[in-house]
Amino acid sequence: MNKVRLVQGNEACAMGAIAAGSTFYAGYPITPSTEIAEYMARELPKIGGIFLQMEDEIASMGAIIGASCTGVKAFTATSGPGFSLMQELIGYAAMTEIPCVIVDVQRPGPSTALPTLSSQGDVQQARWGCHGFHSIIAIAPSSIMEIYYQIINAFNLAEKYRTPVIFLMDEEIGHLRERFELPEDYQPEIINRKKPESDLEVYLPYINDESNGVPPMANFGDGYRYHISGLTHNEKGFYSSVPSVVDTEIRRMVGKIEDNVDDIAQFEEAYADDCDILVIAYGSVARSAQQAVEEMRAEGISVGLLRPIVLWPFATDYFTKACMGKKAVVVAEMNLGQYAREIRRIVHTDTPLKSLTRVDGEFIYPIDVINAVKEVL
Amino acid sequence: MKACYEKYFRDNLPHIFCPGCGNGIVMGAWARAMDEMGLENNDCVAISGIGCSSRITTYIDLYTLHTAHGRALPFAIGVKMCKPDMHVFVFSGDGDCAAIGGNHFIHACRRNIDMTLIVINNSIYGMTGGQYSPLTPTGHFATTAPYGNIDPAFDICKIAEASGATFVARGDIYNIRQMIDLIKEGHNHKGFSVIEVVSSCPISYGRRNKINGAPALLRYIKDHSVPVANAAKMSAEEMKGKWPVGVLYKTEAKEYVEAYQELVARLQGGS
Ligand SMILES: Cc1ncc(C[n+]2csc(CCOP(=O)(O)OP(=O)(O)O)c2C)c(N)n1
Repeated sequence: MNKVRLVQGNEACAMGAIAAGSTFYAGYPITPSTEIAEYMARELPKIGGIFLQMEDEIASMGAIIGASCTGVKAFTATSGPGFSLMQELIGYAAMTEIPCVIVDVQRPGPSTALPTLSSQGDVQQARWGCHGFHSIIAIAPSSIMEIYYQIINAFNLAEKYRTPVIFLMDEEIGHLRERFELPEDYQPEIINRKKPESDLEVYLPYINDESNGVPPMANFGDGYRYHISGLTHNEKGFYSSVPSVVDTEIRRMVGKIEDNVDDIAQFEEAYADDCDILVIAYGSVARSAQQAVEEMRAEGISVGLLRPIVLWPFATDYFTKACMGKKAVVVAEMNLGQYAREIRRIVHTDTPLKSLTRVDGEFIYPIDVINAVKEVL
Repeated sequence: MKACYEKYFRDNLPHIFCPGCGNGIVMGAWARAMDEMGLENNDCVAISGIGCSSRITTYIDLYTLHTAHGRALPFAIGVKMCKPDMHVFVFSGDGDCAAIGGNHFIHACRRNIDMTLIVINNSIYGMTGGQYSPLTPTGHFATTAPYGNIDPAFDICKIAEASGATFVARGDIYNIRQMIDLIKEGHNHKGFSVIEVVSSCPISYGRRNKINGAPALLRYIKDHSVPVANAAKMSAEEMKGKWPVGVLYKTEAKEYVEAYQELVARLQGGS
């Protein structure tokens, strides 16, 4: 029988990573993510997995990418300043299409800012943090159980799409303790990277003929000796600056995520079809928004909630439809309107959009959401 | 072609190295060392950072990982921890290893993880066209030291030893036989092995420092390389501007993968 327990968000993340089959963690301690490292340090060696405390976050990213090349499921966890340091190698993982998961337990920024408080300030950094042309998957869970299930999804998506996946928690959710209970005989669905079937001589690690744009990936040691490089490369993995080759590879790399948004995106809705005012919120803030919506509906206010679980890739069509015909849209988030910018792009210009923001490390409470909705009523 | 070239190189020449560059010499010496050790391609991984020297991984026929500037060692640690039976070679330049990768370098030494790091020291940033590196001698010229470099230089072999590497050697591109032997000895040593190879960049370093042409630079390297046994008998004054070559330091210490495996065994054995 699965026991009911009180579990912390960061702990649920670590537990879920192990359930997803991750056997490799490399990281550098930073509040408010450190409990993940501590959990992995304690549990991984017991199952023969590898825990490494590296000299910094850049090294942590390097180690997990190296580990992933050998076929293991590897991840790291960090927060603001560490997430900034990781950007170059997140780009490397995107460019070389090496699966890995990066947990960012957000805290306010920039710089050291408020290390022990909460924020959703890295939403756009998660999307655009590294230089150049790439796409990314980012997931923002909002409950302890969802952290557990979605970190498994994060590993699955990393493997399925050969990509780094950003797991965007926030301090509030990372340090929250909540009921944790798995269904009887729960078995997570586990996805592993597709392996090549070609013979050794003809393996093309960046081949462009797969329907979903994701080439099969051989692991170091499998017998397919090939070259991995962050330079733009041809299908064999070797440097190329031929415009048509570069263009094809970059567009495939971006397309494999953007064109599969229907497969990747996940939402939760409450009265979203049946409301005049739509509230959009994600992560911990969605919990306040949920309560606010329930309270307002009890008062007879026509309001609904849309909670994206996957923030990136941005589900343009879905949001466009969801916002269509609304009297107003409210986006609540602990930053200066980072996701509101995206929503603004797709909301009809005549529809008022209220961006409810907070950057002082304090939480957005239900009353804040209620007040914001009442402003646009 | 010699057998070792066919076995250890990919069929993708020409390489990007300029005429007179030492990278090809190091690559050739490495291949001969591989051949003499009889290592199989499928048992080996080569990892590099960014720089001309780091391009070596493009040409050699192993599992190869060309990473980011300065970051080869963390990637290598990730690979080695997961594939302890594979032989891991890391190729780095003086800037790649001692400047941007300096922190990773000392920590890899400290861990004493079993792999072989070959640092190709051409005293300059070759790839970006001749800026000074932490190994450019004081007083020498670079595009970013047009009036002479005022920075003191590192001795990376001393750093390696002080940081915990258990095999430290220096070779040079003139004495190829010695370089082959140092690579072999470093590889056969269990633990973190650092082999600095004093190399040449006639275009971006030699020319700017009035050592004109590849042969002159090679002679300069030969004249300034002093076998360790001789160096020990020379005064500091006599060694000024010169460097000892050979095995500089060798000791036995707990290897990191082994230490980790013991930890796992202890936890799984329940003792
Ligand atoms: C983060 C980052 N900073 C700077 C560069 C530019 N860069 C490429 S190679 C290089 C220096 C190479 O010098 P070295 O490591 O000595 O190798 P060499 O080319 O001489 O073999 C620099 C500064 C880079 N690629 N990445």
